[in-house]
Amino acid sequence: MSDSQTKLLYCRCAYAQVVPQSVKDGVLQKLCESGVGFESVADLCEMAAHRDPRLKAFAENGPLRIAACYPRVVKGLFQQCASPLPEDGAEILNMRVQTADEVAEQMLHDS
Amino acid sequence: MKWLSKCCTTPDSDYLILTPGSSLLATMITHTARPLRVVLYEGDGAITLSAEARMKVMAALLDKGYAVTRATPRANNAFPHDDRSLLVLGLFPDQKAPSLEDASGKINIEARDITGLDTESIVSLVEKTRGEKPMNQPGVWKPWFPVIDYSRCTNCMQCLSFCLFDVYGVADGKIAVQNNDNCKTNCPACSRVCPEVAIMFPKYSSGPINGDLVNDEDMRREKMKVDISSLLGGDIYARLRDRSAAAKSRFSKERSPDKALEERKKCLTKMAQDGFIPADVLASLPSPEEIMRKAEQAKARAAAALAG
Repeated sequence: MSDSQTKLLYCRCAYAQVVPQSVKDGVLQKLCESGVGFESVADLCEMAAHRDPRLKAFAENGPLRIAACYPRVVKGLFQQCASPLPEDGAEILNMRVQTADEVAEQMLHDS
Repeated sequence: MKWLSKCCTTPDSDYLILTPGSSLLATMITHTARPLRVVLYEGDGAITLSAEARMKVMAALLDKGYAVTRATPRANNAFPHDDRSLLVLGLFPDQKAPSLEDASGKINIEARDITGLDTESIVSLVEKTRGEKPMNQPGVWKPWFPVIDYSRCTNCMQCLSFCLFDVYGVADGKIAVQNNDNCKTNCPACSRVCPEVAIMFPKYSSGPINGDLVNDEDMRREKMKVDISSLLGGDIYARLRDRSAAAKSRFSKERSPDKALEERKKCLTKMAQDGFIPADVLASLPSPEEIMRKAEQAKARAAAALAG
């Protein structure tokens, strides 16, 4: 952990339409309306597919909060790329089942 | 492309002729490092965008496959930069983008002023900056591969034995996804042979294969088929082998390629109907002899890993 401030990561799931459009748009909108800086990626799966080294940077520079999909699968994606998320330093919010308001609120709750 | 031309000509897959432009071509995986990361800069020395404009630009770029960092004057919550190209976009005073240089010399940084540009023009600017560097295109290619939940995996190696496309391997005695390029898009069949529901496909529609929590009902269902022989009502390899042999026999007696082909179609269609295997995956299966050879190889690798 090189920095104690929570970093925010938003996954757009752009390569497959499995996250409801209204939810991912809603979360992005709230993030854009906030004053915080954040990282956004087109698709964590696409990055994992070619073992993108950026995943390692995300995992090693937490704590971080991720708006993506099921926590089980997000952890697995990072682990599969030899960049496991820290046990207690990564909070994963699920845009496949949570509402945009819920996800945004949790992403921004201490910002 | 090698496997594609092979499956056009192999007798066991000749019931589906794949031509350029078919869906399988569209799902070909290209492994390319991301050629460009975009930074939407709103820090010191730049003018803040409206929330609406920011949202539009970010959504458009993300939907095109780009990664975008929003940099603000607040906070030190940015991830460190890495060794790739950065394109810094911002509303700069006098519409003049600063000249930026990475002190380490490792990162190629370009800055562009986007004053007065609409979203479409900004996307065009980014595309132009990327140039000819290849990038996976959303909507054309889908990242499809298994993800192992090691908190559930018991290292039984059934997935290794099952997969005919060498997606799985063994690393340090543990099952691992080693060749995700080989995975057949939309085929989650290996997840159905895992007795622990430890194999996920993130882009699958429903749980628990999509990574949703595994409940008691899922476990009960999986325990009912703890080995691959129970899949699709029997050993898939044996069925393929037997059907192929029968078809060959009929072919030699009747000299009717149409009948042999029809027989194969019926068999494969039944499998596709019974399970999760897409028809195009069945079409790309190797010959029965190759299947048996691969199955033996996988069995030996699994046994060696477990023995070690």
